[in-house]
Parts: sequence; C-alpha cells; structure tokens
Amino acid sequence: MVYITPILALTLTILTGMLLFSFLGVDPVEALRNFFIVPINNQYGATELLVKATPLILCAIGLSVGFRANVWNIGAEGQLTVGAIFGGALFVYFPETESVFMLPAMILLGAIGGALWAAIPAFLKTRFNANEILTSLMLVYVATLLLSLLVHGPFRDPDGYNFPESKIFTDSATMPILLEGTRLHFGSIIALLAVLTTWIMLAKTLIGFQVKVIGTAPKAGAYAGFSQKKIIWFSLLFGGAMAGLAGISEVSGPVGQLLPSISPGYGFTAIIVAFLGRLHPVGIIFAGLLMALTYLGGETAQINLGMPVAVTGVFQGMVLFYLLACDVFVNYRFQLNRFGKAA
Amino acid sequence: MNGFEWVVPVILTVITAATPLVFAGIGELVTEKAGVLNLGIEGMMLAGAVTAFVTATLTGNYILAVAAGALAGMFMAFLFGVLTLSLMANQVATGLALTLFGIGISALIGQDFVGEPVKALEKLNIAGLTDLPVIGPILFGQDALVYLSFFVVFAVSWFLFKTKAGLILRAVGDSHDAAHSIGYSVIGIRYLAVLFGGAMSGIGGAYLSLAYTPMWAENMTAGRGWIALALIVFATWKPGLVLVGAYMFGGITILQLHAQAAGLDLPSQVLSMLPYIATIVVLVIISKDESRIRKHAPACIGKIFHPAA
Amino acid sequence: MKFKTMASLLGAAAVAGGMLVSGAASAEDKIGFVYVGPVGDHGWTYRHDIGRQAVVKALGDKVKTTYVESVKEGPDSERVIRQMAASGHKIIFTTSFGFMNPTLKVAKQFPNVKFEHATGYKRADNVSTYSGRFYEGRYVVGKIAGKMTKSNIIGYVGSFPIPEVVRGINAVALAARSVNPDVQIKVTWVNTWYDPGKEGDAAKALIDQGADIILQHTDSPAPLQVAESRGVWAVGQASDMNHFAPKAQLTAIIDNWDKYYVERAKAALDGSWKSMDTWAGLKAGMVELAEFNKAIPADVVKLASDTKAGIMDGSIHPFAGPFNKQDGTPAVAAGKNLEDGVLLGMDWYVEGVLGKLPK
Repeated sequence: MVYITPILALTLTILTGMLLFSFLGVDPVEALRNFFIVPINNQYGATELLVKATPLILCAIGLSVGFRANVWNIGAEGQLTVGAIFGGALFVYFPETESVFMLPAMILLGAIGGALWAAIPAFLKTRFNANEILTSLMLVYVATLLLSLLVHGPFRDPDGYNFPESKIFTDSATMPILLEGTRLHFGSIIALLAVLTTWIMLAKTLIGFQVKVIGTAPKAGAYAGFSQKKIIWFSLLFGGAMAGLAGISEVSGPVGQLLPSISPGYGFTAIIVAFLGRLHPVGIIFAGLLMALTYLGGETAQINLGMPVAVTGVFQGMVLFYLLACDVFVNYRFQLNRFGKAA
Repeated sequence: MNGFEWVVPVILTVITAATPLVFAGIGELVTEKAGVLNLGIEGMMLAGAVTAFVTATLTGNYILAVAAGALAGMFMAFLFGVLTLSLMANQVATGLALTLFGIGISALIGQDFVGEPVKALEKLNIAGLTDLPVIGPILFGQDALVYLSFFVVFAVSWFLFKTKAGLILRAVGDSHDAAHSIGYSVIGIRYLAVLFGGAMSGIGGAYLSLAYTPMWAENMTAGRGWIALALIVFATWKPGLVLVGAYMFGGITILQLHAQAAGLDLPSQVLSMLPYIATIVVLVIISKDESRIRKHAPACIGKIFHPAA
Repeated sequence: MKFKTMASLLGAAAVAGGMLVSGAASAEDKIGFVYVGPVGDHGWTYRHDIGRQAVVKALGDKVKTTYVESVKEGPDSERVIRQMAASGHKIIFTTSFGFMNPTLKVAKQFPNVKFEHATGYKRADNVSTYSGRFYEGRYVVGKIAGKMTKSNIIGYVGSFPIPEVVRGINAVALAARSVNPDVQIKVTWVNTWYDPGKEGDAAKALIDQGADIILQHTDSPAPLQVAESRGVWAVGQASDMNHFAPKAQLTAIIDNWDKYYVERAKAALDGSWKSMDTWAGLKAGMVELAEFNKAIPADVVKLASDTKAGIMDGSIHPFAGPFNKQDGTPAVAAGKNLEDGVLLGMDWYVEGVLGKLPK
C-alpha cells in the first residue's frame, strides 16, 4: 500500500491540476508538462534540481532526528543562517588564503555555527524548561538580523561601494563543481553523506535507538534509563549542525558570497520535506527532490506560460495536500497491522 | 501631563499592533487545546485579510466584511481539518502547506484590488467619554474589533475553564483515547476547535486589511502568523497570557522604533532583535515551574487520533 | 494581468474575467523581466511591471514579454535568469540589486543575449546597468518639506541602510536645511522593504516624536495612510499614492522605467544595443514627481518647480558644496559637487540627520 500512495497522489494531482488550469484558461496538459517535465528534461535542469534540493535535504535530515524524538526544533532557518555566518566569516577575515584547508575549515565552522545556535534552545530547554518551539523560532529572526548587521557593516566588501554584500568567495573558499557547465557542487555530496550517516546512526547505533524509543515511548525510554536531556541536546545539536552545513554549502556554493538574505526559507520548507519523507532518510531524499521540483516547475510555468506566481503557489499547496492526504492509506495500514498483532 | 504626552499615542499604536496577534493567537490556542497543531495561521490570516478587504470594497459593509474574513479563515481551516482529522495527514506539514496555499490563493483573489484604499474601520467616539484625558482615547476610542479581541479572550477563558463543553474540549486535547472511550466525538470536537481557530485567524487578517493598514497587499501578514504561534507557547496555553504576550511583543516593537527615532546610538538591527530576545527571556523566567506548564499544555498536541484504536 | 481574479472561488464576488494568452510559442522575439517582489506590491516591482506593459504597448505583436515574480536573490535568481536566456529571450531585465552577480554569471554563458541590471555597478559587454537618480526627486521634496514643516522635524522611514537610501536621506536634509536651517531628520529603520504594519508603526513613532512630515524609502503606502489619519504631511514612494492619502500626500517620487525599457528593447531587437551605464533622473523622466498637493502655498510650489527646473537644466546639483558631514567635517568644498563615485557608495549622514549609521 505504501508504494501506491505516491501514485495515487500523483493521479489526483494531475486530475485536480487539470481542472484548476482549465478553469484559469491554460492548456492543462501544457501546464502540467511545464511543472513536472520541462524543468528537468535536460541535463542542466536535472542538476538544478539537485542544487535546489541540497539545502532542503540537509535541513530536513537534521530536523527528522529531532522530530523522531519529539524535539520541536522549527528554527533550522536560523541555524542555517548562523552556519553561513560562521563559515563565511573565515573567508571574510582571510580572503587571501589559498590553502586547501580553507574550504574544509569553512564547512566545519558552518556545522559548528549551526550547532551553537541550536545549543541555545537546547540549553534553555534542559536548564530552564523553555519550550524549544518558541526559542528556536525567535532565534531565526535574531539570526537574520545578525546577518543583516554583519553584511551592512564589518563583512561588506571594501570595494563594493558599501552595498551590503561580502567579497565574492575565491576558488579555495568555494565548493568544487561536480559537473562542468552546471552548478552541481560538492554540497550535494555532503547532503548524501549526511543522509547515509543519519540512516546508519538511526539503524545501528545506541543513540539512534534512544532517539527512536524516547520519541515513540518516552516512558519505556525512562525505564531503560535513557536520558531525556541527553536526547534533547543531541537532536538539537545534530539538527543545528546539518542546517549549518546547508548554510555554508549555499554561501560557498551557488550563492558564492554573504548576502543579507541567503535562504528563501529553506529551514521552514525543510519541515514539510521531513514529514513528507515520513522522517525516513530515503523518504527525505525523494521528498526534497519533489519539493524542489515544484519550485522549479513554478518558475518554468511563469516563464513559458505567463502564469502568475500566485497560481504556482496554489498549485504547489495542492500537490502537498494530496501527498499528505494520502497518508491516510499508510495510517490505515498501520491500523490493520495493529489489529493483526492484537488479535 | 508634562513630558508624558507621548504615552497615550504609544499605547494606541501598541493596541493596533497587538490586536491581530491576539485574534490569531487566541484562535490557535483553542485549536491546540483540543490537541491539534495548525501551523497554517499565516495562510488563514491572509485568506481572511483579502476576503474582508474585497467584501468591504464591494459592499461597503464592514460587519459583512469581518464576517467574510472569518468565513474565509474557516474555509482554510476546514481544508486543514479534512486533511489532518479525516484523512489523518501530518499536522505540522499540512499546516505549512496551508500557508503556501494561502499565500497563493489570497494573491490570486486580491490581484485586482492591489493599490485600492478602503476607509479604515470606524473608531468609537462617545462625546464626553472619548475626550477624557489619557483614558478617553485608550478606553473609549478604539474600533469594534479591539473590543471584540478582549471579549474573545475572556470568553475563551470562561469557556475553557468554566463550562462543561470547555472541559470536554480540554479532555480531547489531553487524552483523546480517554475522551473517545467515554463517548465523545474526538474528531467532531477537533473540527469545531480547528474552525474556531480559522475564524479567529480570519478576523485577525481582516483587522490587518481593514484597520491596521486599510489596504490589500500580497503577503501583508509579513510573518505575524508565526509570532502568534510563538505567543501561545509563551502564554503556556493560558488565554489571558496570550493577551499579555501580544501586548508585550507589540509594545517592545513600538518602543524600539521610538528608540531609533530618538536617535539611540545602537544599530537598528540590534534594536529590532529586542522583541524576539525579550520573548525568550520572559519565557525562560516563567518556564521554571515545570509542573505548571505541564498542567496547561495539551498532552495530545499534534498527535493523530485513530478512532478505531 | 493575464489572469483575472478567482474571487468567485470563495464566493466573495464575481469580477469580470479576462482572457489570457496561450502558451503556444511563436516566432516573435521574447523579452524577459525578473522581479524581486510580486507585481502586486504597488511599489518597486509594480512600477517595473508598468514599464514592461509599456514595452508591450510600444512594440505590440513583434514581441512577447515574460516575467517571473517574487524571485529570491541568490541561487534562485541565477536559475531563472539562465532559464530565460536559454529559452530564446533577446534581452532580459533583472530588476533588483541582489541580481547583480547572478546576472553577470549568466551573461558570461550567453554572450548573444543582452542583459539589463537595475541599480548595480558591474557591467560587461552584454550587461548594461541602469538606475534612477531618485535623490534628485528627494531634493525637490526636501525643499517642500523644509518649508512646510512647523515642528522642524522630518520623519524618515528607512528600509535598510544601503547607499541608495542614505543618499535620499541626505538629499532631503540638504534641501530642507537650505530653506530652513533648523530642520532635523529623524530616521527609523524597519529592516524590511515591505511590511505594511511595521512601516505604519514606524511612521506613528516618528509622528509621536514630533515629526510633521513623513518620508519613506519602503514599498507600501502604509506610512501615507498613517500621515493621513494623523493629519500630517507625507510623500509617496515609487508610484503616485495619492488615493491612499489625498490630503496628506504633498507629492510622490515616481519611478518611471517606461521610456528606458522601450528604448532598450528596441535597441536589442534592431541590433543597435550597446553596453552602457544609465543613471538618469528628472531630466530623462526616469524620476518624476506626482502632482503637488493643492494645499502647498504658491511660493513653495514655485520654489519646488524652480528647483526641479534647475536640476533638469543642470544649474542645481543636490550635492553641491559646501556642506558638512554629520560630525561636522567638510564633505565637499564650495564650488564643487560630490562626485558620482562618492554618491554611489554613500555611507555617512550629512549635518541635520539624527542617529548613527551602522558600520
């Protein structure tokens, strides 16, 4: 049944999409083709899909660990931003360095920055019992303003007419391109490694086991002597580090410099991706790619069909509704299983 | 009054800044008390804002406009309900998708109404009372929705803690299996709570487009739905504290603007951080007593209810 | 607008539905526009889209214009620009400063496509830059404001402390103090281009601190609405916002891209296009002033009109010396004008502006 879900969602999407587009007077077949096929029907488009999905997958894989443990970090956007600030700062202060260790150091700093920003909600939660939904969300705004402060001041390019942006990163501070002539960069490999690591961690390690137990059966976890606080710390730091990696892989990847706004809300969209992928590492890869495709499709439909962004937004929401609604089949399947076991 | 003339206008500004947050916050609070987490506040507010604006422009009737805003919010909430309650979709993801959907559909509905002004919602003016110094304009010079926002907060507080229906709603949020086994319709009650949340977000949106800044502009909520969400956590799920939180948040936002205008020697970004940092600090202070929060936080929040279980 | 409302969907109201063009490709030339906001922002992007419509009007069936709205600065913009370049667009207008480096990158890969980047400073053989000298309009506004203020406090709602915005604040300060040396400018930064509520609140805060004229460098008409309801003066931004504040709007600074867009589109089509930098103001009509408020006394209208005429014929330069920076050090000597290079990167206030710029 779980395999039928996406197919059913797709069928329903196509049907409703056809209705919506016919209603708006657009050729529905053409519209759907521009949404789902045209963006990726060539090599460049396919790599762009990966470029767009990379930060989404990185943030989502980090969040998924916390969500499994019922730790509600919704501030990945802020952790992404601070990761970009930390990693980017290294270049800003040492722009001349051509060392091969430059990029690895930036990546490491990015992860540390994200983890540090997530450590604040972790500390406030474990020490003061402050709800992480609020603290992590509020820190998003603080992080965005911090980035704005830095690129309007100390981080800005001295030769840039005082416009709010840093120098463009040099080659030694930039993610290597994987495929000549495209923007596919090393960040996608980082994302893939992150997914694999998370998968192994959840399946094979004690901490992964603890995360799952605390999430599904907190009481059992407590009896087993698992520390709730340790899990809170672990999942927030892990989620923050992943978001930080997303941040640095964006700024030293396709962005190529520090700007006042470095993410169109990847940290928030990643929450959808995490759940769309059912918090499973492989599911998150597919969900990230699909989410990225709806964005690419929206752009293509605007360019080729003159469709306003409002329509593409409505359609994107609809696609998500269907995918999420089809969970009903998955859930019913669990129900049947439960009955089966109970009987 | 020497030296304090600025107090009254500041308070008036804070009231308008806080009112949309109060509406959205109190609605979501009821939704969450029933055990449902709807992150689509922003989308519902936008639907309410645009529908209320369009209705006001076309009919000139503001009561109808606010009602239409509430209905639009309810329509969005109903979508959310069908997906999460009947089809058991994940609440967090569905709420976020609802926001994406709401941004799109409100822009679509409103595109012919951009750049059209509308008369601001009428403010109360009682000869004699409204002219009183200080308290006159604050207590007797507001528009109807401001009074309504206070009324709703008290009504929700009374409903939740003084009525049997409120007790049932809280029971559904705290332990849906228990509530179900006693014979209450968990899904039905949650639908009502979700719809109430939608109506309130819709009115909060209507307040934006009819009173706060009487116009329609795409995405004009500018993140206020998220702040409303945070306020409920801040209020530890107590209606009265939603009001306090909204006014505190609004108050600090306005004060930092004043500090800038007065030439305070701090970067504007740092001043703009203040409302967010202050909210965290206050939450930390009030969160120390863990048992008190446990008592008010709905235990089943965000969890899917399987009627068959 | 190709799509008409779907208001009927929510049962709000039925509004006459328009027709839309088919997606079928044809032999006509394509002209692309990349917008940073929605066309419905009634400010910056809205005016660029009016410019696009002027191109449609002027060139008719010969061209097809396409646009993408709400494109985020950064990697998304590079993809959109590239997609346009790869799909047969002759010329592409990228209308936000943050699109600068993405535009350059794509331009390198598509040497035969012409690019026009608004408000940036980097050019290439196939990349031109253009912007308006909005400070010229603001200088005229400053003269009016200096005469009209009774409290001698002008309130300024700023978005971000970038040179463009700082230039506008300084132009107003110089102009206002040239007719009324007691004027001071109070600035509040809202750290957003677009949040009607916050912009309105900033205007209220400024009025509560004594400002009786509200200027803004943000995109929504909210500050004007506040001025209208509080009974003070205000000046519209980007487009004529008179119907939002019929009593309060003294005038408005209008961005007018129509002529430039038509010229450049034509040039790209007939092959005469060359890379260049255009920084045009009142004279070229890229910056316009909306009709003056009837309540402005005749002598002030004359002062404003003379100033405008002076700027247009070159006899007046808004940043003509001598004047001092905020800290009292001389900015430029008598008989000299501040150079364009300095103007472009302006990150200091002139005398009369209160508060400090973040460094």
